[in-house]
Amino acid sequence: MPQSKLSVARRALFTTGGTIGRRSFLAISCGVFLLLFILWWAATTSGLVPALFLPSPGSVWAKLAALSADGTLWGDVGISSYRIVAGFLIASVMAVPIGVLIGSYRFWEAALEPLADFIRYMPVVAFLPLTILWTGTGDIQKFLIIWIGTFFQQILMVMDNVKRVPRDFIGLGRTLGLSEFQLQMKIVVPSALPGIWDTLRITFGWAWTWLVVAELVAANSGLGYRITVSQRYFQTDVTIGYILILGVLGLVSDQVMKALERVLFPYAKGQR
Amino acid sequence: MTAKLEIKSLGKRFARNEALRDVNLSLAENEFVSLVGVSGCGKSTLLSIVAGLLDYEAGDILVDGAPMEGPGLDRGVVFQSYTLLPWLTARGNVEFALRAAGYKTKECREIAEKHLALVRLSKFMDAYPHELSGGMKQRVAIARALSYRPKVLLMDEPFGALDAMTRHEMQLLLTSVWEAHKLTVLFVTHDVEEAVYLSDRIVAMTLGPGRIKAEFKVDLPRPRPASIIATSEFQALQQQVLATIREDIVAEEV
Ligand SMILES: Nc1ncnc2c1ncn2[C@@H]1O[C@H](COP(=O)(O)OP(=O)(O)OP(=O)(O)O)[C@@H](O)[C@H]1O
Ligand SMILES: [Mg+2]
Repeated sequence: MPQSKLSVARRALFTTGGTIGRRSFLAISCGVFLLLFILWWAATTSGLVPALFLPSPGSVWAKLAALSADGTLWGDVGISSYRIVAGFLIASVMAVPIGVLIGSYRFWEAALEPLADFIRYMPVVAFLPLTILWTGTGDIQKFLIIWIGTFFQQILMVMDNVKRVPRDFIGLGRTLGLSEFQLQMKIVVPSALPGIWDTLRITFGWAWTWLVVAELVAANSGLGYRITVSQRYFQTDVTIGYILILGVLGLVSDQVMKALERVLFPYAKGQR
Repeated sequence: MTAKLEIKSLGKRFARNEALRDVNLSLAENEFVSLVGVSGCGKSTLLSIVAGLLDYEAGDILVDGAPMEGPGLDRGVVFQSYTLLPWLTARGNVEFALRAAGYKTKECREIAEKHLALVRLSKFMDAYPHELSGGMKQRVAIARALSYRPKVLLMDEPFGALDAMTRHEMQLLLTSVWEAHKLTVLFVTHDVEEAVYLSDRIVAMTLGPGRIKAEFKVDLPRPRPASIIATSEFQALQQQVLATIREDIVAEEV
């Protein structure tokens, strides 16, 4: 009875823990994008919203095409990507080992966890003037802002990933006579790694925000800088276009990291 | 004959309660001893202490006559929770233990394969833990703990998370492995039938504080077929042990 099958399938979409096929998933997510696009298009072509506030999809597209053709767009994407990758790598390379230490050893937890919590609640934007004073408005200042915005969150999240390593895994390692270092390298870190990867993926998204904030305030290149300039000249089409580009870059990097996760940790899928 | 494992007037306190008081227990070479008792009487605590994973305040623990100093390869542990490392295959998990025990790579492979065959998992050597059922995972864990030849095998309700059918299968398998493979075993369970079927001796614990209440020698012949459960000797012993434990349950309810 195909009809009953259909109703089961449809119900699964609105049942807790229900399953969904890959194609249906794609169809639904693309549908939402399409719907928003149509709303945008309708709102602008009907004249309901003035073009100064919200330009039409067509004009945004045309503007982006022009900026792409003269290389401005690619230059901005390039410099911002460089900054985010460098800043994020610096933060992550420092945060992962420190987070593992805090998660495993009570000494490091007592020494660093309250401190990280304290700094974490300081608004990153409040550091903008200070970082400019300390390091100027170049790339270093961007790295510093990304670092302040992600490092302290990362160490706490990595700590949490490490604390989730089952106690009995550690017990097992001990009964096998592993040394403290071997226990960390052969059991704790590999066991926490899928979680740590997730932490990196999530904090990479935050890093984008901090980069753009830094570029909005003080820069002479990059995506955030272009947005500030466009605002000054009421080029709402550039502003919107760049915001969309940021969204696309975020979505793509997130999907890439998710795909890598499936390749690197195929065994973790069954556990989630 | 000297005892393989000797526990002398062991005492352990937690912040809120006294978990163990004056526990004395000694396991002869190749003896299979089960610890039974109501929940909370300190079975897991005792096992963790013997494994070297938990501190204790009073008493001595001797393994093969020598004082126990922390966890080590002379005592293999099978945990109740699944402890297969998820990023390694069944074979990889066994080899992991062997490598830790200092075997050469080539030996590791051979010994791992032999032990997985022993628990009848030759077909699943290259499967990852998430591809194995609960019973299979515990079989790998048993193979892993046996593989590096510890002097004593410690098991804390290794079949506790399994359904009745699988549990029964695992008991048969464990007896046959143990009979082929003689080893000193301390086995925690709260399933009395399981204890009678597997053991040479059953130690019943009681609580408040946790201590040993009674011991039962299991004089059933070996090898033990599954049908032995139906014999009157088996049933009588099972009832006797159950009655001892039940007193505690009743006492607790009062
Ligand atoms: N880490 C701990 N901290 C404080 N108290 C503990 C701890 N572990 C166990 N206990 C206490 O010690 C007593 C014995 O616990 P244990 O886990 O050894 O019991 P058990 O016999 O294994 O019970 P079960 O059959 O339910 O597994 C209990 O009263 C428990 O509350
Ligand atoms: Mg227990």
